[in-house]
Amino acid sequence: MLEALIVMGLLAAAFGLLLGYAATRFRADDNAVVDRIDALLPQSQCGQCNYPGCRPYAQAIAEGRADINLCPPGGEATIHALARLLDRDPRPLDPDLGTQAGTPTVAWIDEARCIGCTLCIQACPVDAIIGAHRQMHTVIRDHCTGCELCVAPCPVDCIELLPLEPDPENWRWPKPQSGAV
Amino acid sequence: MITRLFSFPGGLRLPDHTAPSTGRVLVRAPLPERLIVPLLQHRGDPCEPAVTAGERVRRGSLVGRATGETPPVHAPTSGRVLSVEPCPVPHPAGLRVPAVILEADGEDVWSEDLPPPWQDWETVSPEHLRQRVHEAGVVGLGGAGFPTATKLRAGAKPGIHTLIINGVECEPWISCDQMLMLSRPQDVIEGARILARATGATRLILALEEGRTACLDALRRAMDQGPGITLELAAVPARYPAGGERQLIQTLTGREVPSANLPPDMGFLCQNVATAAAARDAVVLGRPLTSRVVTVTGNAVAAPQNLEARIGTPMHTLIEAAGGYCGTPERLVMGGPMMGFALDSDRLPITKTSNCLLVGDGALFPAEAPAMPCIRCGACAEVCPVRLLPQELYWHARSERPEPARDLGLLDCIDCGACAVVCPSRIPLSQYFRYAKSELQATDRAHVQAEQARRRYLLRQDRLTREQQAQEERRRRKKAALRQPATNRSPDPKAARQAAIQAAVERAKRKKAGAGGDGNDPA
Repeated sequence: MLEALIVMGLLAAAFGLLLGYAATRFRADDNAVVDRIDALLPQSQCGQCNYPGCRPYAQAIAEGRADINLCPPGGEATIHALARLLDRDPRPLDPDLGTQAGTPTVAWIDEARCIGCTLCIQACPVDAIIGAHRQMHTVIRDHCTGCELCVAPCPVDCIELLPLEPDPENWRWPKPQSGAV
Repeated sequence: MITRLFSFPGGLRLPDHTAPSTGRVLVRAPLPERLIVPLLQHRGDPCEPAVTAGERVRRGSLVGRATGETPPVHAPTSGRVLSVEPCPVPHPAGLRVPAVILEADGEDVWSEDLPPPWQDWETVSPEHLRQRVHEAGVVGLGGAGFPTATKLRAGAKPGIHTLIINGVECEPWISCDQMLMLSRPQDVIEGARILARATGATRLILALEEGRTACLDALRRAMDQGPGITLELAAVPARYPAGGERQLIQTLTGREVPSANLPPDMGFLCQNVATAAAARDAVVLGRPLTSRVVTVTGNAVAAPQNLEARIGTPMHTLIEAAGGYCGTPERLVMGGPMMGFALDSDRLPITKTSNCLLVGDGALFPAEAPAMPCIRCGACAEVCPVRLLPQELYWHARSERPEPARDLGLLDCIDCGACAVVCPSRIPLSQYFRYAKSELQATDRAHVQAEQARRRYLLRQDRLTREQQAQEERRRRKKAALRQPATNRSPDPKAARQAAIQAAVERAKRKKAGAGGDGNDPA
């Protein structure tokens, strides 16, 4: 009886040490998890998830503070990708945060009305607006993510979001409309 | 003549239909009064316009400026620029691209600023030849519109050994390359040799379809003339899509270009025969690309034929030149019946990539029968020249998420449409694959953009942190500066000010003394 207890106790201690060592030695890098989550997010940096950017949201997911259905620009595709990565059940997009936009948009500044206040430049999360104090501002189309963060700060309401016009570079073939299975 | 040929997987025999359009000689198309010259006639970004409304140009004047790899665009005739504005171009969705609208003056004189002709191109360095091809605005005239100079440059890396000049027009109805070889065999061969020199290739093969005996004879007669390396002729079996780049390489050499590689990685380079002729004009005559041969054919055209048309000629001008419409024209297609696309207007301009205008009636383009369910007969897999499994790809392509089709090799699909032709259930497979491919490519573009946005976001975060730190540092120093005088501040502020003035005076004195001395004193 006593021997059995001693053997069991020793075994437990040995495995405990082994597991304790493994836990520190093979510790998963938190940043690696955040990086992998971040890689699935659309990087619009729009803050619609109520985090100040995609990376902070990724961090919050990694730490278990946020659910995976808070990203309207990513929509269903992002939720599914996150669910696969984190082995969770996909959930519909949180309806309080809005819906996924149909067509991608880019910001456009009405240069005749712009007063050069630089507020939009400060709001842009990806530095896609150029201009200087009391100089006209303009959006670098290729860098704009369509996050709408520049619209609210503008005191003269000269920023609009325009749908991205199809050009030969970004045009897509439509899906065939044939009926049967 | 190469006699030992290999074969590629799949493929199928299609009716030729080139007899109507090859029965008439190649003639120049009439010069239209108004030409629409798109500034995007190649893969990539549009050129910057080099002219403004009202400007007078001559044939060969620059109208679209080259930037980087983007080839330039030249005026197809002399006349006056009416405007530079977005115009509809031949595109499946009728998109608009910036274009120069030109009013022809009818004189049709060449520009005086053309580069010098190089009859002795054998003495010109390959680098200069490539540059000339670029400046002449030459792009792949087979239909893809890939900038030729870019391709030559890729091929100029060490290791390129074989240049294949592609005269295999495997799609039914199209005969523009055939007629070009028939009417200008010397130019095609000289162009081929120029391209060989520009790439450093040591083997030069010109391939055409079996049964084109008139072409073959013309080329044979022209082969022994002129400078440059020897040219081998090859007549490949007429099995669609024998003219595909990878299929042709496999037919001629027995080597398959792997999915992850491009032909230059294997030492092969393919160029179309019309591209070779255009390169010859650019080098030997100094003339930029301003015209091309277009097949105007179909069973709803009165006199099918090939026409040498100026770039920018409205399509209806060519159709009128070919006798106009007859019967009940149902559809106008640019390209062949397999890979072409329908256009919604005949007012669109001919571009560098317009090889064929096909006008057909209801017999040629029957109304699409509803697709039946896939019966998994496997006929599509048998004809696929890339050895894909179209029935599997179709399953994913018609779903909401075509992503899994990527792993099944969808992006290797060459859009040949052979699978759709043989499908007994009449499923428009190639339409599904075009759609799914463009979705996958859009996903890829979105990833690239997301990556860029992430980088810019992180850089901005770094910058904001740096700025904040700098501000805190300044604040800390200011605080410290305020605190410091409190410890050794003299009781009388007046005296302190006096002391400061005194110190400044002394500094100035020292400086003066230093400047008056040997001038080296840093104080």
